[in-house]
Amino acid sequence: MSASTGMSQDLASYNFAYLDEQTKRMIRRAILKAIAIPGYQVPFASREMPMPYGWGTGGVQVTASIIGPDDTLKVIDQGADDTTNAVSIRAFFQKVANVAVTTRTRDASIIQTRHRIPEEKLTEGQVLVYQVPIPEPLRFLEPRETETRKMHALEEYGLMHVKLYEDIARHGHIATTYAYPVLVAGRYVMDPSPTPKFDNPKMDMSEALQLFGAGREKRIYAIPPHTKVVSLDFEDHPFEIQHFDEPCALCAAEGVYLDEVILDDRGGRMFVCSDTDHCEERRAAGHRGRLSAEEAYTGREDAIRETAR
Amino acid sequence: MYVAVKGGEAAIANAHKMLADRRRGDRSLPAITVEQLVEQLGLAVDRVMAEASLYAPALAALAVKQARGDMIEAIFLLRAYRTTLPRFGASRPLETGEMVAERRVSATYKDLPGGQVLGPTFDYTHRLLDPELAADAPVDPAPAREHEGEPLTRVSDILAHEDLIERAFTGDPDQMPEEPSGDLTREPMEFPMPRDLRLQALARGDEGFLLALGYSTQRGYGRTHPFAGEIRIGEVEVEMDVPELGFAVALGRIRVTECQMVNQFAGSAKLAPQFTRGYGLVFGQSERKAMAMALVDRSLRAGELGEDRVAPAQDEEFVISHADNVQATGFVEHLKLPHYVDFQAELDLVRRLRAEFEAARAGKDDATAREAAE
Ligand SMILES: [Zn+2]
Repeated sequence: MSASTGMSQDLASYNFAYLDEQTKRMIRRAILKAIAIPGYQVPFASREMPMPYGWGTGGVQVTASIIGPDDTLKVIDQGADDTTNAVSIRAFFQKVANVAVTTRTRDASIIQTRHRIPEEKLTEGQVLVYQVPIPEPLRFLEPRETETRKMHALEEYGLMHVKLYEDIARHGHIATTYAYPVLVAGRYVMDPSPTPKFDNPKMDMSEALQLFGAGREKRIYAIPPHTKVVSLDFEDHPFEIQHFDEPCALCAAEGVYLDEVILDDRGGRMFVCSDTDHCEERRAAGHRGRLSAEEAYTGREDAIRETAR
Repeated sequence: MYVAVKGGEAAIANAHKMLADRRRGDRSLPAITVEQLVEQLGLAVDRVMAEASLYAPALAALAVKQARGDMIEAIFLLRAYRTTLPRFGASRPLETGEMVAERRVSATYKDLPGGQVLGPTFDYTHRLLDPELAADAPVDPAPAREHEGEPLTRVSDILAHEDLIERAFTGDPDQMPEEPSGDLTREPMEFPMPRDLRLQALARGDEGFLLALGYSTQRGYGRTHPFAGEIRIGEVEVEMDVPELGFAVALGRIRVTECQMVNQFAGSAKLAPQFTRGYGLVFGQSERKAMAMALVDRSLRAGELGEDRVAPAQDEEFVISHADNVQATGFVEHLKLPHYVDFQAELDLVRRLRAEFEAARAGKDDATAREAAE
């Protein structure tokens, strides 16, 4: 049948970075507006992407709209470059944009992330692109978009403070551990995406441009460089980040976010850096943790090979 | 000793090879062709075209094959392709009154001009598995129908003569829908929505979701007193105005299912008693979807008609935000992506809360013990 012969040719041609130029312009306009109004959620005509909604379509559209042939891209999920979805998104951009990729935070001009901010301080000229599932910080207090938009317009954020206060009344402290709401540039309450609150302070006065893309919910928002970002709290219950009792078992880093790794079925566990690039760099520089014997590291590579089989 | 559950590029590549292997199945059997799917699983192909909003039978069939028969996956594949296509204009509104209907039934009249035309329906078949079909027995050609090819008067047009039913558009001429109608695949969605966008969302909405919502209105959650005024299935011409030429050009014919629901309406302060409409239009042959869509469309008009909005099917933001199965499946299934960073944060919190709980209880126990001793 003629339709099937013509089909493969039609299907093969995509523009640089997948999106057509008109779509990129539309998204760039939304990004510019977002930068002009820090923390404000700008509606945009999110496209259907060749990956599922909820798997980074917003971040991918933002990255696709700003990336150029000279960029170097890093993609992380849970702080790691080797998690499957990060691998998949990185491969997507290698295929459709043929850009250079890296795992080193400092070498990247664009970093697309899900759930973490790299430990290494980001610098001027870098762009951090967040994948956002639910952009509306008020969503779980008020499910209706028509209502929440009004609340933002009127700066009516009392409900959020009531929620945090109820936590304190019930548990003695604020029980929100990730997607912890922030106030951006003294005006809009913003969802930082489901990063652990540990990462919130890194958003404040960052030298890098921070862009947030929510594909399914069709919203883009931004924090321009050097913008004040304050985590919501109370005078008598100030905002606090998580603290870990032990350093990274591989590189001995302290003051970083750690993943708990289960070693056996008898409660044995170790804590290692969630940011794999940070951990590898430290080990390359000679830092050694409690379990940093060569087997421990090789064991991890074996595990990857095991999963691949 | 260190069991890191992280996959690499090799793991992904191997998984996809395995998928291709399972998709092909037993190599001693011939591979199914796209043409066979179009011809023999036509209703599956129709559903994919409808919910992907792309009329392309061969591509939809390829999607069904690639998705191993997973309908939502196939819809997703076709949509991801559709989004890359250039838009060169909008067609004129379809003239469904001029449809060459293969099927046309009305539940509101016993007989009507052109008659009831059953067409290729499952209705009145006894649902008994057919061993002859498994054996690939020869099939007789379909009998020819009298007056085949003549357009059939629409039931809504019959009612319109007496003004018994609202016109396709009633109300303030200033609020006449704009031409061309909106496109929610190109514009960000905002609530409240005009009806054209709402109908577009319903037309590409999940059949199962609309079916359940439509059903809920029949069971009393926002009752609309519907009659199936007419259901018609057949081919219509798609035409487009070409400004350079000054006339409309025929682009081709597509097959659609249209349902006009006729709903009782007692009138309001502003509107005289009159039947109202719920409208359903779907690519291909899908009566279930068209009828469910018409029920939900009518329910969503509650605000416009001054009815109380009390049921889920009358809640525009709820219905439209959750009708899209590609969005829904993506977000539901994203839960299988790693979330261990956030889980770690929650683990830490639960451990802390438990420690505080135990400390408080121990304190209370001490106090009780002291009291008992005194
Ligand atoms: Zn480390």
